[in-house]
Amino acid sequence: MGRYADNPAAIKALYRGNEVHRDVYTDQEIYRLEMKHLFANAWVFVGHESQTPNKGDYFSTQVGDQPVIQVRHSDGEVHVLHNRCPHKGTKIVIDRAGNTGKFFRCPYHAWSFKTDGCLLAIPLKKGYANTGLENTENGKGMRAVGEVRNYRGFIFCRLAEEGISFEEFFGGSLSSIDNMVDRSPAGRLEVAGPPLRYMHHCNWKMLVENQTDTCHPMVAHESSAGTAVKLWEELDMPEGTPLPAAMEIIAPFMSPYEFFENMGIRTWPNGHGHTGVHHSIHSNYSAIPGYMEKMVEAYGEEKAKEILGENRHNTVYFPNIMIKGPIQQLRVFIPLAADKTIVESYIYRLVDGPDELTQRTAMYNRMINAPTSIVGHDDLEMYERAQEGLQSDGLEWVNIQRLYEEGEDFTQEAVENGTTERQMRNQFDAWVKFMTWDMDDVREAAE
Amino acid sequence: MSVSKEQLIDFIYDEVRMLDEGRYDEWLALWLKDGHYWMPLDYKQTDPLNVTSLMYEDLFMLKLRVERLNGARTFSQKPKSRCHHVIQRPYVDEMDEAAGTFVTTTFMHYVETRLDEQTLLALTARHELALVDGKLRIANKRVDILNSDAAFRNIQLLP
Repeated sequence: MGRYADNPAAIKALYRGNEVHRDVYTDQEIYRLEMKHLFANAWVFVGHESQTPNKGDYFSTQVGDQPVIQVRHSDGEVHVLHNRCPHKGTKIVIDRAGNTGKFFRCPYHAWSFKTDGCLLAIPLKKGYANTGLENTENGKGMRAVGEVRNYRGFIFCRLAEEGISFEEFFGGSLSSIDNMVDRSPAGRLEVAGPPLRYMHHCNWKMLVENQTDTCHPMVAHESSAGTAVKLWEELDMPEGTPLPAAMEIIAPFMSPYEFFENMGIRTWPNGHGHTGVHHSIHSNYSAIPGYMEKMVEAYGEEKAKEILGENRHNTVYFPNIMIKGPIQQLRVFIPLAADKTIVESYIYRLVDGPDELTQRTAMYNRMINAPTSIVGHDDLEMYERAQEGLQSDGLEWVNIQRLYEEGEDFTQEAVENGTTERQMRNQFDAWVKFMTWDMDDVREAAE
Repeated sequence: MSVSKEQLIDFIYDEVRMLDEGRYDEWLALWLKDGHYWMPLDYKQTDPLNVTSLMYEDLFMLKLRVERLNGARTFSQKPKSRCHHVIQRPYVDEMDEAAGTFVTTTFMHYVETRLDEQTLLALTARHELALVDGKLRIANKRVDILNSDAAFRNIQLLP
């Protein structure tokens, strides 16, 4: 038996407010417990409804380490099912996406299921007569996840049958999704192509923490963003030459500390938070002709200006996604092992919005987040050096103390200096909460 | 001036040798200034702009990529990566002598290595070449990775 299973006190002891024990990044038992508890009790992103627009459309993915299927049922609703035949365990869906018609059919023994998971038929069913199959869990069909919620097109699920409600879990943080979707004159997004897929040999939480780490861009990305600024200056363009789109995207990474301090960080309960309360690296992109007019037509001038005036940088939805509202990007950090994470970076187009905005977003995605990206290269290098460095027994604790205050209360929304590491602490506060949410206590049992 | 099929084929061999030997200034000089290096993300992708690609870079971005490789604070290049192309004899698909434009398709294996890791990629490179002032230049280059939809680790040099 490990040190942490059924031992909430040991889990709680890994986070001390201003520091966190390295085991949260390196220990495989902790990873297993994260999958069993944290990813089961939290609301986790699955996909976007536009990935399954028609009845019978499905796409396969993972919630934590759980293989699941997002599918559009015959009633038009999106369902999320465990991707496992109740018979022998065979994955029902092996490809990444497709249309299954009115039912799923297991390729092994042809058990079939409606697209809400209910058992439809079993060949040679008389073999099960009087065996009591209908009284077993397996005899009911494909297992659905605990609960599913479609929030403005984004599909989230909670694996556990019982637990925190969607509204309580996300609270005010949903304003970031609202702003992203409101940027479409039609109030709708559609996925634009497949996601980038990028393999990292590091713990998933390092990637999530980095989303609100505002003290690293000007250091880790000096080689890309700094060199871009230098090359542009060397071109010696006439005063007032508009920056090309690539420079608009990359140059703000070299902004000074004051820029990031002043942008602000907001935290919400349950581990959610965002950088860029007042402005962000996305604030000064050039306007696309005709877009504002369309927005005013759809929302009225005041509301349109309010929507486009919000330029949040990165919003973390605990546990494992980040969205960029101003450019309609979503990155999901899928944990494969304590030291292995796959990152999928999706982009969305604004329905009724101009193509130029989609093109800028596609450019951002490939320039910053691709395995071929000169920016991504240095991020991966930092994470993997940390994963290796944490093996050192010289120190066991990781410091997350910047702008720390004793007795921080994460149950209240707060806005602070944009370089605080409060959002990382907020994530660990929620991490402890959902890790221990349904954990038995061996010590209590022993008493 | 005309260009022979053999000259087109030699051009492709010379280009990959420049990349393997890190002669990037010479390589950049092969490009026409409005050219793009495109590496699709999706199998048989047709649109470089409205969906994500692995790369779709103009000459400014390619210069930046090359310049960065030699920077003092380019952390992911400490130590530096090395690469190696093994190419089949290029196919000359189009030869428009009058316009001075040519298209070749080349199948290759690309190996990139750094520290203890080595990556092998199977590639199809499509070159659009143009004869300008008596010299062959790259007008556009498209590189399709056979498993472009797989989850890659860093690919840092130029396949």
